[in-house]
Amino acid sequence: MNKTVNQKAWFLILPVLVLVAFSAVIPLMTVVNYSVQDTFGNNQFFWAGLDWFDDMLHSERMWNALGRQLMFSGIILAIQIPLGIFVALNMPKKGFWSSFCLVVMSLPLLIPWNVVGTIWQIFGRVDIGLLGYTLDAIGIDYNYTQNTLAAWITVIVMDVWHWTSLVALLAFAGLRSIPDAYYQAAKIDQASRWAVFRFIELPKIAGVLMIAILLRFMDSFMIYTEPFVVTGGGPGNATTFLSIDLVKMALGQFDLGPAAAFSLMYFLTIMAISWVFYTVMTTIDKREGK
Amino acid sequence: MAKITLDNLAHSYLPAPKTEDDFALKELNHDWTDGEAYALLGASGCGKSTLLNIISGLLIPSQGRVLFDDKDVTTAPTADRNIAQVFQFPVVYDTMTVRENLAFPLKNRGMDAAEIKRLVQKVGAMIDMESQLDRKARGLTADAKQKISLGRGMVREDVNALLFDEPLTVIDPHMKWELRTQLKKLHSDFGHTMIYVTHDQTEALTFADKVVVMHDGRVVQIGTPQELFERPAHTFVGYFIGSPGMNLFDAEIDGTQAKIAGTTVDLGGAYVAAGKTQIGVRPEFIRLGSNGAGIPATIKRIEDVGRHRIVRLDVAGTEISAIAAEGEAVASDTNCITFAPEGVNVYVNDWRIAASGEGAS
Repeated sequence: MNKTVNQKAWFLILPVLVLVAFSAVIPLMTVVNYSVQDTFGNNQFFWAGLDWFDDMLHSERMWNALGRQLMFSGIILAIQIPLGIFVALNMPKKGFWSSFCLVVMSLPLLIPWNVVGTIWQIFGRVDIGLLGYTLDAIGIDYNYTQNTLAAWITVIVMDVWHWTSLVALLAFAGLRSIPDAYYQAAKIDQASRWAVFRFIELPKIAGVLMIAILLRFMDSFMIYTEPFVVTGGGPGNATTFLSIDLVKMALGQFDLGPAAAFSLMYFLTIMAISWVFYTVMTTIDKREGK
Repeated sequence: MAKITLDNLAHSYLPAPKTEDDFALKELNHDWTDGEAYALLGASGCGKSTLLNIISGLLIPSQGRVLFDDKDVTTAPTADRNIAQVFQFPVVYDTMTVRENLAFPLKNRGMDAAEIKRLVQKVGAMIDMESQLDRKARGLTADAKQKISLGRGMVREDVNALLFDEPLTVIDPHMKWELRTQLKKLHSDFGHTMIYVTHDQTEALTFADKVVVMHDGRVVQIGTPQELFERPAHTFVGYFIGSPGMNLFDAEIDGTQAKIAGTTVDLGGAYVAAGKTQIGVRPEFIRLGSNGAGIPATIKRIEDVGRHRIVRLDVAGTEISAIAAEGEAVASDTNCITFAPEGVNVYVNDWRIAASGEGAS
C-alpha cells in the first residue's frame, strides 16, 4: 500500500508532545542533568560524569535503605495478599451485609496518606494514644519512637490496615465471577474446602491477584508519607525507606547530584522489577494455557 | 444403587410462599425405580433443575422428604448421598490435567491409586479422550470440557444415581449422538438409576425408559415414550411432544359425540365432561377428505420435510396440522378432515379424561 506523505500531520501530535514534555520529559531530564554534574553553590556546575552513580552504588547507606525497602515490601505482600483473600472468602456474598462490608472496607482506601500517618502517629503514642496507652498499661514495652521492632510493627500494621482492603476487594470481585456450577460440581465430587480453594477459587482469581500483587508492590516500594509522618524514618535509620532517604539527601542535605543519581536508579529499579514480575506472570499464564 | 422416593415434595425459592404460584416445584409424590433410566422433559424454567438439585442435595426442599432406599436423606449433604451429577455448563478444574480431572472424585473418596488408574483409563476411552489425558484441561474446547464433566460423572461405579442436567446442550450434534449412546451403554452395563434433564424431546425419548414431563412446576405425566405419544395426559404433553404437536379443537362434548366448529363428530366412546372441553388429535391421526364429509377445512400450505409432508389447514380460524405420508397424494380440492378413532383424546380443563369403560391409563 502506498502511504500518502504529509509531513504536516506531525503538527497534530504537537499538543501531546508539549504536554508530555512538561509533565515528564523535562522534569526527568533535569534530574538526569543534575545526576552528571557537581556544584559548589553560586549556581555553577561542573561535569562529573558517572561519578555520582558510582558513589551511590558503593554507598552503604543506599544499600541499607534498599534492604529495608525490600524487607518492608516483602512483609506487607506476605501479609496483605493472604489476608485479603481470606477476608474476601469470608465476606457475605450478597444482600445488605455484602454492600455494607464493601463500603466499610473501602473507607481506609479513601483516607489521604498523611491523614493515615497522623491517625496512627497519635493512635500509637504512649501518652495520649489509645493503642500506645493501652499496651503500656498492660505492661508491654511499646514505644515506636525508641524501639526499632515497635516502629516496624507500627508501620507494617498501618500499611496492612490501609491497603488490605484493596486486595480483598479485587479478590472479592474475582470470586463473584465464578459460576455456581463450579461449587455444585465440587460438592458432587466431594472436594474439601481446601480443594475448592486450591482448584477452583485460586485459579479463577489468579488474574486479579496478579494485578493486586503488582499494585501493592509498586506502591509499597515507593512508600513515603505514612512512615515519614509516624516515625520520620527512625528510630535512627530503622524505618528510613528509599524515598525517605532520598528526600533527606535531596532536600535535607541538598546533595543534588547524588540524590539525582539515586532517583534515577530508584526509578529504573521499580520499572525493572515490575516489568520482570509482569512478564514472568503472563508467561506462566500463557504456558499453562497450552 | 437405590430407589429414590419423593414424598410430598415441593419447593419454593421464596422464604414464605403463600399461593401455589410461589412454588417453583409443586407438590409431588414419585418413586424413581432402582436401575431405570428416566428423562425429565419440559420447557426451560419449569422446575426440572430444581427437582434435580433437590435429589442431589444441592438444594433443601421447603417441604416433603427425599428417601434413598427408604432412608430419609432430605437434609443430608451431597457428600452423604453418593450421587453423580453433570451440569449444563461444563465444569473443569483448570489447573489439572484431563487425567487429574477424571481422577478427582475418586481421589477425594480415598480410593487406591491402581483402581483410580484403571477407572480413569476406562472412562477416558468412553469419552474418546485417551490421547489427551495428560493435557491441561484449560484451553480445551467447550465440548471437550463437557466430555470431561461427563467423564467425572461416570467415573464412579458405585453411585446411587447419575443425574444429568441438560449435559449435551453445548456439544455438537455428531458427538451428541455418540455420547448418548455411551450413556445408554453405561446404563445397561451398570444399571444405575439415571435421571436425565432435557428440553429436547428426541433426546428424552431415545434415552429413557420412562419420560417425566414437567410443566409449570408440576409433573404432568410419567410414561413410556409410546404412552406420551398415544395418550398425552395433559394438553401440554400433546403439544410439547411430537413434531408438530397435537392439534386441539374446542368442542362441546355430549355423550359419544362432540361438536367441533358446528360439525358433529363421533368419539367412539362415552364421556362425561364439564368445564373447558377440547378434543386433541395428533397430526398423524388426521385424515384429509374432499367430499365434504367431516369438519370443513382449507389447505393453507404444505411443508415437505423429506420422509413425510406436513399439511397446514385452517379450521374455523385456527391452524391445525396433518401429516401425509410420502407418496400419499394430497388432493388439491381437500375441503374437510376426519379423525382416526384411535387417535382421539378428550380434555377437560387441559387434563385428559378417559371414556367410560376405558381402562385406566
